Amino acid sequence: MSSSLSRRDFLARTGVIGCSLAASPLLTPVSFAAAPWDTRLVVIILRGGMDGLDVVQPYGDPAFNTLRGSLALGPEGGAYDLDGYFAMHPSLGPLIPMWEAGQLSFVHAVSTPYRDKRSHFDGQDLLEAGTTSMAGVRDGWLNRMLQAVPGVTSQTAYAVGRSDMLLLQGPAEVANWSPDADLSLSPQAARLLEIVTESDPALHAALAEAQILSEVTDDIQKRRKGSHVQIAEFAAARLSDEARIAAFSLNGWDTHGGQPRFMNTALTRLAETLLTLRGKMRGNTWRKTAVVAMTEFGRTARQNGTLGTDHGTGGLMILAGGAIKGGRVFGQWPGLGDGDLYQDRDLMPTGDVRAHAAWVMQSLTGLDRNVLESAVFPGLDMGNDPGLIL
Amino acid sequence: MLSWDRVQKVPWCVDVRDFDPQLAEIRFGFGLSPVHGPPESIGQMLEGLSGPDVMQSAFPIESFAKFRSRMVAAQDQNEIRRRNRGTELAAAARKQRNVLNKEARIAMFGWLGQTMLRRTHTQTAFRERIVAFWADHFTARGKRGVIRRGTSPYIEDAIRPFVAGRFEDLLQSAVMHPLMLDYLDQTRAMGPTSARAIKRGPKKPAGLNENLAREVLELHTLGVDGSYTQEDVTQLAELFTGLTFDARNGFKFRKDFAEPGAENVLGVAYGEQPNVKWVRGALSDLAAHPATARHLAWKLAVHFVSDTPDPELIDALEAAYVESDGALTPVYEALLGHPAVWQPTLSNFKLPIDFVSSALRALAIPKESFAEREEKWIGRFFSQPLTRMGQTWERPVGPDGWAEEDFKWITPQGVAARVSWAMAVPVRVKDPLPDPRDFAETALGRFADDAVRFAAASAESRPEAVGLVLMSPAFQRK
Repeated sequence: MSSSLSRRDFLARTGVIGCSLAASPLLTPVSFAAAPWDTRLVVIILRGGMDGLDVVQPYGDPAFNTLRGSLALGPEGGAYDLDGYFAMHPSLGPLIPMWEAGQLSFVHAVSTPYRDKRSHFDGQDLLEAGTTSMAGVRDGWLNRMLQAVPGVTSQTAYAVGRSDMLLLQGPAEVANWSPDADLSLSPQAARLLEIVTESDPALHAALAEAQILSEVTDDIQKRRKGSHVQIAEFAAARLSDEARIAAFSLNGWDTHGGQPRFMNTALTRLAETLLTLRGKMRGNTWRKTAVVAMTEFGRTARQNGTLGTDHGTGGLMILAGGAIKGGRVFGQWPGLGDGDLYQDRDLMPTGDVRAHAAWVMQSLTGLDRNVLESAVFPGLDMGNDPGLIL
Repeated sequence: MLSWDRVQKVPWCVDVRDFDPQLAEIRFGFGLSPVHGPPESIGQMLEGLSGPDVMQSAFPIESFAKFRSRMVAAQDQNEIRRRNRGTELAAAARKQRNVLNKEARIAMFGWLGQTMLRRTHTQTAFRERIVAFWADHFTARGKRGVIRRGTSPYIEDAIRPFVAGRFEDLLQSAVMHPLMLDYLDQTRAMGPTSARAIKRGPKKPAGLNENLAREVLELHTLGVDGSYTQEDVTQLAELFTGLTFDARNGFKFRKDFAEPGAENVLGVAYGEQPNVKWVRGALSDLAAHPATARHLAWKLAVHFVSDTPDPELIDALEAAYVESDGALTPVYEALLGHPAVWQPTLSNFKLPIDFVSSALRALAIPKESFAEREEKWIGRFFSQPLTRMGQTWERPVGPDGWAEEDFKWITPQGVAARVSWAMAVPVRVKDPLPDPRDFAETALGRFADDAVRFAAASAESRPEAVGLVLMSPAFQRK
């Protein structure tokens, strides 16, 4: 970060920087030739709508137990007490040392500007586009960020894994990689496949025998748990080298029913992913890294009738890495009591995930606030620095 | 577990047994396209069979005549090897021949792409289906070296131009094609008392090979239940002696291979003197045989309608074939005009290549999708998945082609491979993926049910949602 001052000045003078400017040797300081900056950013899109209220449980909120019923664990139910008010889901137990080392933190009650329709696709589009509407948008905010910093090469950013990542799509060149792992079907997809094929007994029976349908999804997940680890290993290797940004998705968060089981699977994969990133990064790379995990929306504050939760609004952002200010639950807690909920059903969003992502990028790369608020996240007001990065 | 209980199930469709554009596209084409509307009438479907071949021009595939030059080049290298055994020259020739083999293999993958693009972008999908039907009826593949990659060129030359004509012409074209002669071992067969056999002498015995003759009777014409005997097979095999080819010139009738004297097949005597016209005559007679009419009628009905077709439909097709003296378009007209083919419940399970083709059509993949793609890419996303689904591209197990029975395809491994493909590959070939909620409607039309709509809207990611639509019964069946 020693050279960030000059770059900041440079960007401030030029305002919104396009990719053509970024590529110009006249305007690109020589010191950035090898790599535009030294810190590492990993963005994980948690697809399906992660239930933030289950991951970081506000057990100190008097309404929590009533709303959540058996899903409310709290420290008494085995959740790890973070700060006397919030407790971390037991399935993230492997991350306790990371929390204690100050390398894990959370931002609660955040969301994108997306409201009310609660569609996964629309929600994910907006999350990855970083805009307030999808009209005319064809690129993702991480790509626009790449367009705004100088010295980016084709090896600077990686989209990892099979899912299409609007997040990194756009004019700036991005490398792609995906593991040749077996199909890893999310539990949600397995259940939906069961519903879709129910009317066709022969097809349904063959899928059941192939152990694809939900009865045996747990086994499938166990047998095929490799792909997220492979993705994390690849990202760790690239980031230890010349890559500065990696983005990928983790599916499996759409916990409409049987939430304890599916949340355990999804959180275990998330923990393994973060531990693999930390474990496989070489040298002091991890210390320069910020991992930002975000989801399209949170879930209903109330438990539903099938031991699950439905699509909601306010959610949770997860931060990890040696570059972040860990051991804290950030965000402005809106409460869960009468009148506190959004539309009397969802956690009220009190912060914009984009603002938090913007502050992370600002701190990591020195990118100018004007650029972030106009080019990367058009129209965003970043507000005050929440101090997410050391 | 999901809120599925709140969704009402509805029957797939109402019972209308008449021409239906969407059903026509699904059952007689490669499914619905978001770009090309379905046919408006049976007449339009039939016209599409013989109009200008737009897809052939747009997505060309090498003719077999041109393909033969690849065979000649490889043959030349083999000849150099033979003459210079143990030398560096031979080693270089071997290397060069391997290069030619590889080039042919890469070309074959390119034709896979062209075939898929024809199916994606055609406005006359029935034509592509009919070509595929007859290509399967006359299944053939080369046995050794470069010719192993010649199936698409064979289809291009021997099948495609003849599908709207008379069956006897199609039959002659396919049976006498070099690829078929190679596949069914006809090229080296010679009459036991032919000039060539006598010249070779008793130390190098030469004789008949019944393979082609048997399959012509059993598979291509009369059918296994046809009233032919072993003697008919032997006689036809004798009659076929002399049918051969060479790479440089293509088909060739070698009189010195042909068995002298007349052959008697199904009570008809053919040719005292060896002449290819007797072979043509025998094939024409086989085409005109009542058992052939019945056999083809049954095959068409099974292929296009169901594993257990309505006997009245078979009767109607058979009658049309007999009345039209083996002209195929009137048979297709009888097929499309029969109420049984419009029974509205989707029935036949798509074969893997059908499934993948129709998925690409539903996704409307761009015309340049396969351009500049490496063999590895096509292997990873197409040929290897097709093998896992049970249908290796242009490598059927036997001359009877791919099985029609649904149960042979609805296997745990097969459907698991379909799920993998459906979830993982569309995102590689279509950017951006369509909105899954729209995709359910455009891909399935009125066959979209509430279950698939629900799944398309509820999946966690676009690739999974698109995959779920592709795995729905309404997409897997036709």
